[in-house]
Amino acid sequence: MSDVEEAITRAHHEEWARVVASLTRRFGDLDIAEEAAAEAFATAVERWPADGVPPSPGAWLTTTANRKAIDRIRRENKRDDKQKEAERLYDDDPPEPVGAIEDERLRLIFTCCHPALAMEARVALTLRMVAGLSAPEIARAFLVQEATVGQRITRAKAKIKAARIPYRVPSAEDLPARVSGVLAVLFLVFNEGYLATGSGTDPVRHDLTAEAIRLARLIRALLPEDGEVAGLLALMLLTEARRTARVSASGELVTLDEQDRGAWDPALIAEGHQLVRERLAAAAAGKAPGRYQILAAISAVHTSARDTRDTDWSQVLALYDQLVRLDPSPIIALNRAVAVAELDGPEVALAAVDRLADRLAGYHAYHATRADLLRRLGCSQKSRAAYDKAIELAGNTAEIAYLTRRRDQLG
Amino acid sequence: MQYLVSVIDDKSNPGSTDRQPAISAFNERLIAEGYWVFAGGLADTDAATVIDNRGEQAMLSDGPFVESKEYLAGFWIMEAPDLDVALKLATEASKVCDRKIEVRPFQ
Repeated sequence: MSDVEEAITRAHHEEWARVVASLTRRFGDLDIAEEAAAEAFATAVERWPADGVPPSPGAWLTTTANRKAIDRIRRENKRDDKQKEAERLYDDDPPEPVGAIEDERLRLIFTCCHPALAMEARVALTLRMVAGLSAPEIARAFLVQEATVGQRITRAKAKIKAARIPYRVPSAEDLPARVSGVLAVLFLVFNEGYLATGSGTDPVRHDLTAEAIRLARLIRALLPEDGEVAGLLALMLLTEARRTARVSASGELVTLDEQDRGAWDPALIAEGHQLVRERLAAAAAGKAPGRYQILAAISAVHTSARDTRDTDWSQVLALYDQLVRLDPSPIIALNRAVAVAELDGPEVALAAVDRLADRLAGYHAYHATRADLLRRLGCSQKSRAAYDKAIELAGNTAEIAYLTRRRDQLG
Repeated sequence: MQYLVSVIDDKSNPGSTDRQPAISAFNERLIAEGYWVFAGGLADTDAATVIDNRGEQAMLSDGPFVESKEYLAGFWIMEAPDLDVALKLATEASKVCDRKIEVRPFQ
């Protein structure tokens, strides 16, 4: 990549959300902001190789995008002013003091992740408006038609306008619930990257995990006091750190106990551990941790063990107990059973897993966990049947390869 | 901005019938805080009549325009600065009248 191309890529990563947010703020319209920002970046691609990279790429892009937006508004000037006014996003806050630009990106995030929008629309809109992914990129990531992504974004923007979804950071009393909605969007993006589904896709979509982490870092920078933001970022970092060790050269999933721990990314682990320590200190000071913080703490216990045999399973179990009280979902109970197997043996764990049958019969990990426990108990036939069921339900290519090998190794 | 806040009841699982005092108190508050435009409870859908005068002759038919388990039982029209405010009021309204609520903006 040439220096100019690199500068453009970097500017796109660093400045896209800022440009869209500041234009949305100024013109009160997501459509205009998105289009003008895209035009400004296209102009940069055209001009920077010849003119050189401007000293302040962000300012150049914002100025250019502003001009493009004004051009568009002039072109549309024939339209009735009153109608145009009605279409503007509503914003009753006093004008921001200069330098409060960070808040504008936060407004953009909260608007894109508004609970009145369908989850898939929130994901598409956030990836487009905040992360700057194109509709074809989003379509590829989620294995849907490009037209579908386009429609989701268009409909979401139309609803924001028609229903007057406000362009602002929610009030303090609504903030925790709304932040958790934003985190749910990021977690979904990350998980889709981490456990990519579909036969023709890579088992891990690094583009998606990286995007989710980038957005989580941004939100962390904007809301440094929020424990769950820190928790989710730590969880993603500690998971991403194991990415390369998680899939073998032949494209097979490598489970945690069999991973080459030397291949884990030490920088990401250090950063994740630092965040977890910060949250542990807050918890010690009386701030009850939420689910992302507990999940991150579990991940920190795993990534602290140099050898799988050194894993502090009693601490893992204690954390799962804490998590179960917060989130009684059967999936958490299933993961807790894995820790139980290490401490109390596979028989006790299997009894706990079997109690989840009604609720998890359609979930591949339920059958994979059962298969492994049955294998350890020497019940080959039942184990084989459980592997068959898990393979049938799994969508991730690396996971299917791993489960198939495990099944075929049964005596 | 005005929002139509519809009260949706379910024939097979209707909301409780003792909500009127709570609804009246809620309405008083809407008026006092400037959100009130209009509100009303509706008679049973059996009392509805549909008229279609798009053709040569007006056609009258008995009953609601669509038969369904869920139906519009009443509504508010509220004046709110944005959807967040409307949703907050609608959240209270759902509790107050013990029924599901739909919030829809006017054009």
